[in-house]
Amino acid sequence: MRVGVFICHCGNNIAGTVDVARAAEETAKLPHVVYSTHYMYTCSEPGQDEIKQAIKRENLDRVVVAACSPRMHELTFRRTVEKAGLNRYFFEMANIREHISWIGENKELNTNKAIEAVRMAVEKVIRDKPLHSTAFKINKRVLVIGAGVAGMQSALDCADGGLDVVLVEKSPAIGGMMARLDKTFPTIDCSICILGPKMVDVAQHEHISLHAYSEIEEIKGYVGNYQVKVRKKTPYVDWTKCTGCGECMEKCPTKNAYDRFNFGVAPTRAINIPFPQAIPKKATIDAQYCRQIQKGKCGVCAKVCRANAINFELPDQFVTEEVGAIIVASGYGLIDQELLPEYGGGRYPDVITGIQYERLLNASGPTSGHIQRPSDGTEPKSIVFVSCAGSRDKSIGIPYCSNFCCMYIAKQAILTKDHIPDSQSYVFYMDIRATGKGYDEFTRRAQEDYGAKYIRGRVSRIYPKGKKMIVQGADTLLGAKVEVEADLVVLATAATAAPGAAALAEKLHISYDTHGFYVESHPKLRPVETNTAGVYLAGAAQGPKDIPASVGQGSAAAAKVLALFSRDMLESDPAIARVNQNACVGCLKCVKTCPFQAIKEQELRGGEVVASVIETICAGCGVCTSTCPCGAIQLQHFTDNQLLAEVNSLCLS
Amino acid sequence: MIEKEYAYYAGCSLEGTASSYDRSIRVILKALGATLRETEDWSCCGSTPAHAMDHVLAGALAARNLAIVERMETATLTTPCPSCLSAFKKAHAKVTQDKAFSDEVNQLLDLPYKGGVKAKSTLQVIYEDVGPDAVTSKVTTVLPDLKAACYYGCILSRPPKLAAFDDPENPVSMDRLLAACGVDVRDFVFKTECCGAAFGVPKKEMVLRLTHKVLTMVQDCGANCVVVACPLCQQNLDLRQAQVNRAMGSSFSIPILYFSQVLGLAFGFQPEELGLDKHIVSADALIRSRRPKGAEDAAPPVKEKARKSTAQGTAGKPGDAPGAEGTASAAKEA
Amino acid sequence: METIHLTGDTLNNFATEIRQTTGEDTSRCYQCGNCTAGCPYTEFFDYPVSQIMRMIQTGQREKALNSRAIWLCATCETCSTRCPCEIDVADVMDGLRNIAYREKRFTERDIRTFYEAFLTSLKHHGRIFELEIIARYNLKSGHLLTDADLGPKVMKQLHFLPKRIKGRDDVARIIKRFMEKK
Repeated sequence: MRVGVFICHCGNNIAGTVDVARAAEETAKLPHVVYSTHYMYTCSEPGQDEIKQAIKRENLDRVVVAACSPRMHELTFRRTVEKAGLNRYFFEMANIREHISWIGENKELNTNKAIEAVRMAVEKVIRDKPLHSTAFKINKRVLVIGAGVAGMQSALDCADGGLDVVLVEKSPAIGGMMARLDKTFPTIDCSICILGPKMVDVAQHEHISLHAYSEIEEIKGYVGNYQVKVRKKTPYVDWTKCTGCGECMEKCPTKNAYDRFNFGVAPTRAINIPFPQAIPKKATIDAQYCRQIQKGKCGVCAKVCRANAINFELPDQFVTEEVGAIIVASGYGLIDQELLPEYGGGRYPDVITGIQYERLLNASGPTSGHIQRPSDGTEPKSIVFVSCAGSRDKSIGIPYCSNFCCMYIAKQAILTKDHIPDSQSYVFYMDIRATGKGYDEFTRRAQEDYGAKYIRGRVSRIYPKGKKMIVQGADTLLGAKVEVEADLVVLATAATAAPGAAALAEKLHISYDTHGFYVESHPKLRPVETNTAGVYLAGAAQGPKDIPASVGQGSAAAAKVLALFSRDMLESDPAIARVNQNACVGCLKCVKTCPFQAIKEQELRGGEVVASVIETICAGCGVCTSTCPCGAIQLQHFTDNQLLAEVNSLCLS
Repeated sequence: MIEKEYAYYAGCSLEGTASSYDRSIRVILKALGATLRETEDWSCCGSTPAHAMDHVLAGALAARNLAIVERMETATLTTPCPSCLSAFKKAHAKVTQDKAFSDEVNQLLDLPYKGGVKAKSTLQVIYEDVGPDAVTSKVTTVLPDLKAACYYGCILSRPPKLAAFDDPENPVSMDRLLAACGVDVRDFVFKTECCGAAFGVPKKEMVLRLTHKVLTMVQDCGANCVVVACPLCQQNLDLRQAQVNRAMGSSFSIPILYFSQVLGLAFGFQPEELGLDKHIVSADALIRSRRPKGAEDAAPPVKEKARKSTAQGTAGKPGDAPGAEGTASAAKEA
Repeated sequence: METIHLTGDTLNNFATEIRQTTGEDTSRCYQCGNCTAGCPYTEFFDYPVSQIMRMIQTGQREKALNSRAIWLCATCETCSTRCPCEIDVADVMDGLRNIAYREKRFTERDIRTFYEAFLTSLKHHGRIFELEIIARYNLKSGHLLTDADLGPKVMKQLHFLPKRIKGRDDVARIIKRFMEKK
């Protein structure tokens, strides 16, 4: 065997703390190594040419590159050796940058360690087998999870690009958080006026099929060929018949149902259409509050419905959709006020959240756009906004910034002055984070043109005194404690991952961080990809973000799917598990442990039962190989023999 | 479940100005079926002054008592005084978490503390080990005129990691125990606001202003008495109420009761047995109307003398009731 | 107003000292002011708590240790309870008092006198004898009539003789060993 070793300087990244010349000299002496050299930037075009030429010149049949992490350039070099005529799996990468030069300061020790890393790679590469990928067809339909502004953008871009889109929305109507907003910053555009046309487009697009009030039950398959089971939750109303007239809602005797759309600002009816512009404009029964469903007595809606659409027996329904890619735009949640006991923990009616205030401002909200105190319906004159209510608060496990609160508070302060000209707004803030285009100017306008009083300090406590709420804060710029007697307090409660985010991530096999936000493949260079092929992210499911950023990501994810679907066939990764059926004893432990359901049981002609890998589903994670008691199942390119050879070489050195 | 035995640490205040707290605690715990074992030859916990001077000294002064309790082989130490409790909890936490600190402390002690004592406030014992339901079962007397503001003070439930009891912002244990006795408990928002603590002597003007704020909020919530669990709070609010009135031009006359006294009254004990006669602002007018539980609403309040026999005749003295522990454990399990 | 010279050499020494004394990492403080906002004593302080924390962050040792605030803090724990950065601020204040005590910086004379009276009583009797503390305090502070207006009913509650406990020698030994060590 003739192995060539190429050691990269990576400028000073590696050469700064590794003696690359000595490493090349020493590794040249290793068994099977016939050629060893070092080069400034091996990944550059001349660097790759050097490899190709050496393969020809030295008649190499295996190549080792000692450079950065394989996550960066493994694919680059696999293509390089392939162009020079070798199987692309006759290549190994030794990571001497992240694992060595960046973390150690002693040049001699680093160099020794680099030599050992190369020795391990050489031991592996001489045992590598040629592998070949197979091609399979792509199903060019795309699933979008979540019909907020990010998901709708993805759906529309994909559909406009000619793809069939399946859009699944958890709530009865599409539009997400943006549909609840009154105006948007920094332009004060009416939110529903700019979102409404998009919602209509979604509803009418010939390439989009919408499942509202539905959730993802199960996902099987792999990039190009997913089978998605969707649970269509029962609204207890036959939506094919419902005309959205709203008669049922008017007559429903249960007047204290929690209004999810309005975040409980005012109660709603047990059967309701969430808002006037709702799409689909269909009624849904909230079973928790429905007298007929809970106690078997009522049925008023069924009596008044002229379309005969009410059906208390209607069960959940399931549909299976086949798609080739998935965009996750499942949005975000908000912390409960219970986490903020010093602000009353939700016990005081006149301490509300930013999104609730948004509903009070909104003309289609429960107060028809008149700002009223929830306690007594009076118009507040003194309004306190508390930013970072839970954000940047390690003590409740939310160390991060919620991204958009600074801006919406400025907007709400401006709108408050518009609604109630003789009002005074106070904004308690720690830092004003207004980095978007036109954002900082906007927060200045709130102060200069609308008279909002910005106070730099956190609020420590809020308590009632008579009809007022006493807001106890600090003005750290004055170095003083300050108190405001407020009529209404608005808390910018922290944004969190959407409820159920973790469960959905597990169905999708994507990662999420400690706070439940989905993790992108690379924070800078692959911001909408996940580490699962064919699954993309958009919007606040990945982290709190405002409308422009969510829309941008929605389009970006759509572009990724369009690029993926521009081909008819995909190549499978051959580094997957394979069963040696002669050695398999049929215990089927691997079937149980496989997280992808990629192993099935197979009966051989003689009647013996063995495990069998479904190549297209196997993701090459290797869990099965460590479960198998007799070594019958092996992950190609990472076989026991290959890995043990690496370990041995290290132990023998 | 209520433990049969608790090591009991009264603390210096309860030997002095807060003797009525000590007396009422002993009376009601006996009635609830718990035995208090005296921490033999206990000494001062060190309190705020020792802590201000040096953490190791403060740790040693507290740990001397913990070491004594450790050798009594009683699982739990209980003290009615939040300040003593806090001193014990701080010393215990530092001794068990910081080896160097533990060594320094034990170098000052004759008898080393190994870290084996769990300290609880007596309020916590009654709230968690006995429980409101068991308390209700002991009630023989209703107190119709009491409108209580429960004032917990600053350190009974804070900081939450150390106190590990009740809610740091809106504690409810006393509220619930009083409610279990049928007392009208008001929604009081200054439950944990500071009264000025130990600064009554050296910084009187500070304490008077803070206390004035607290009493103002008490009045605002419609309460006619304050119920406390801390001897310092009681001192500042009761002893100094006249000083507050003089300094701030107010005219408060608000009785300040220990929660144990209210429970005691509800259990049918006499005011003197609970040390109520010791208080500066008299609660007589508020408790005069108390009457046996279950009596007709219209019935006139029982006269002091007559009531005693009635109580004994109908429900018996709470302390005598059999199966007190059984009731408590049943309530807890339920 | 003075110009404060921030120099790398001494900038972090004070924070390190506080960390050694209390175990608290003041670099976590992002100056939100929550401690100042919730502190019931801010109106009596010369510097609000958050500024004391800032002094630690910027190495202003003299100013912090000579402040009245560190003595007027009565450790109500509101700051520690609500600090979003999970700093035990009250413990930091306590640590500052410990250092000031060691260095005999007593900006609040009356409080010091009271503490000393307390500790003297503790040393003598093993327990606190309230009447003795007041008497000692009044004598030493020169405020001879402190609480004389409380009246006879209060005085009646005070013991006129200290409780004598067996362990009072133990306690005296603890204090003696402590003094010798320092």
